[in-house]
Amino acid sequence: MERSDILKLAELARIEITDATVDEVAARLTDVLALVDQLQAADTDSIRPMAHPLDAVQTLRADTITESNQREAFQEIAPATENGLYLVPKVIE
Amino acid sequence: MHTKTIAELAAGLRAKEYTSVELTQHFLNRIKNLDSQYNSFVSITEEIALAQAKEADERLAKGDANPLCGIPIAHKDIFCTNGVRTACGSKMLDNFIPPYDATVVENLRAAGAVMLGKVNMDEFAMGSSNETSFYGPVKNPWDTDCVPGGSSGGSAAAVAGLLAPGATATDTGGSIRQPASHCGLTGIKPTYGRVSRWGMIAFASSLDQAGVLTRSAEDAAIMLSAMASYDDKDSTCINQPTEDYTATLGNSLDGLRIGVPKEYFGEGLRPEIAEHVRTALKWYEGQGATLVDIELPHTHLSVPAYYVIAPAECSANLSRFDGVRYGHRCDDPKDLNDLYKRTRAEGFGDEVKRRILVGTYALSAGYYDAYYRKAMKVRRLIKQDFDQAFEKVDVIMGPTTTAPAFKFGAKGNDPVAMYLEDIYTIATNLAGLPGLSIPCGLVDEKPVGLQVIGKAFDEGKLLNVAHQYQLATDFHQLTAPGIK
Repeated sequence: MERSDILKLAELARIEITDATVDEVAARLTDVLALVDQLQAADTDSIRPMAHPLDAVQTLRADTITESNQREAFQEIAPATENGLYLVPKVIE
Repeated sequence: MHTKTIAELAAGLRAKEYTSVELTQHFLNRIKNLDSQYNSFVSITEEIALAQAKEADERLAKGDANPLCGIPIAHKDIFCTNGVRTACGSKMLDNFIPPYDATVVENLRAAGAVMLGKVNMDEFAMGSSNETSFYGPVKNPWDTDCVPGGSSGGSAAAVAGLLAPGATATDTGGSIRQPASHCGLTGIKPTYGRVSRWGMIAFASSLDQAGVLTRSAEDAAIMLSAMASYDDKDSTCINQPTEDYTATLGNSLDGLRIGVPKEYFGEGLRPEIAEHVRTALKWYEGQGATLVDIELPHTHLSVPAYYVIAPAECSANLSRFDGVRYGHRCDDPKDLNDLYKRTRAEGFGDEVKRRILVGTYALSAGYYDAYYRKAMKVRRLIKQDFDQAFEKVDVIMGPTTTAPAFKFGAKGNDPVAMYLEDIYTIATNLAGLPGLSIPCGLVDEKPVGLQVIGKAFDEGKLLNVAHQYQLATDFHQLTAPGIK
């Protein structure tokens, strides 16, 4: 993997990667991709992808309210809140 | 008291040899005096433990029949505990105090179990050595220069060090069975969907499953019977009646068909481990079981398939850690993107970042078909191998690991070498099947495990097969040298 690939991935994954570590990350990811590339040798032409090991289907429930409002409990552990809202840096200029 | 199994302690409580408060205090003292050697506990919940023990004593006085009532246990720090920090081995959640209990925690509490504290683990359960924890590595009680295995290394070291008679754990690619093997314990990963994942911090949602680490199959049966339940809060939980796994422990092994996959005895396996496993197989034959040679021809593709699927799911699951609602947040973000990127760069360790990046790559435009879709197809091939084998056999047996526990730093900076630690365990997760590891001998004076894999929802059979072996052998009763 190239430096530019890593920087693009880091941007997509929203993880800052410093210049000093890009090469190391690239080398390790290249090793992992070499391992997973063994998959390419498998003949899977007539095989359907398997998402669930027991082929179960999504269970559904009635569309009714089952949870009580716990906003205060949840916001107690938030890094920054105000008047019941979560605070983030200004998004719109 | 600490050398006894859960079943023995349950009898002792009822014979009034000690109260749950005394038992709990005894284990709390051991943790405080001895855990500095292992680093297995990240939180000791003394006040909660003693209050729960007092309640359990009241229940016992009224004749409560649940074998877990009054038994102290440890929870892997991946299970949310109301009001008690749940950090999942990560700096990202170092300040996270959940406002609710995981279903597993709730179920065990309802059975009367007492929570001693929370135990260490690889960060977000990503690792096979416990070296990736933000709280430092856990040491193997059998040899403190060696890893306990991972990711449930804290659970394993706590039980092997006789600091708790049993512990909860989770297994995404071998994280219960591999530490069980390395620490001389019994560990079971149930069928996918048998135990609720609600409140269990997600790593790879189609593979993660909760189970237990104990010192006998009987104890595992006791704990799993209380943990397993259908839970409508986990939409992947399978709606199937729960069982009392202790009821079938005594079944005869006569007529049992055991599949022995040749792929599990290939290159890379220490010959001494193969020898111990074959000795165990011979014992089963003597009990009336039949050994059947089987093939699981796609085994070699299980690690590659796993390292696409697990990172892909992890990259999606861990996107929730954004510094907005809970957990770590970087200082002075200059804009929203900076908040996300620095929060995640600071909060996650190297291995977690690596897996998020691999997963992001496998799911990105242009690579999805070549990696993710391909891996999902190979996953079906692996599942079909097991389906075909289980037409001929009742259980499959082989080694749990290729070698006994390795020294800290032995896999260095090589993630692929670490990934291959789980070569015999990963296929079971991909196929969603239950798997168990029990001690079957020593190699280099360290324990090694026999793995037993079953059909979906055949946990009772696995525990029966393990219990019968433990009635006739004493490998599960061995404790690490120096532990008194």
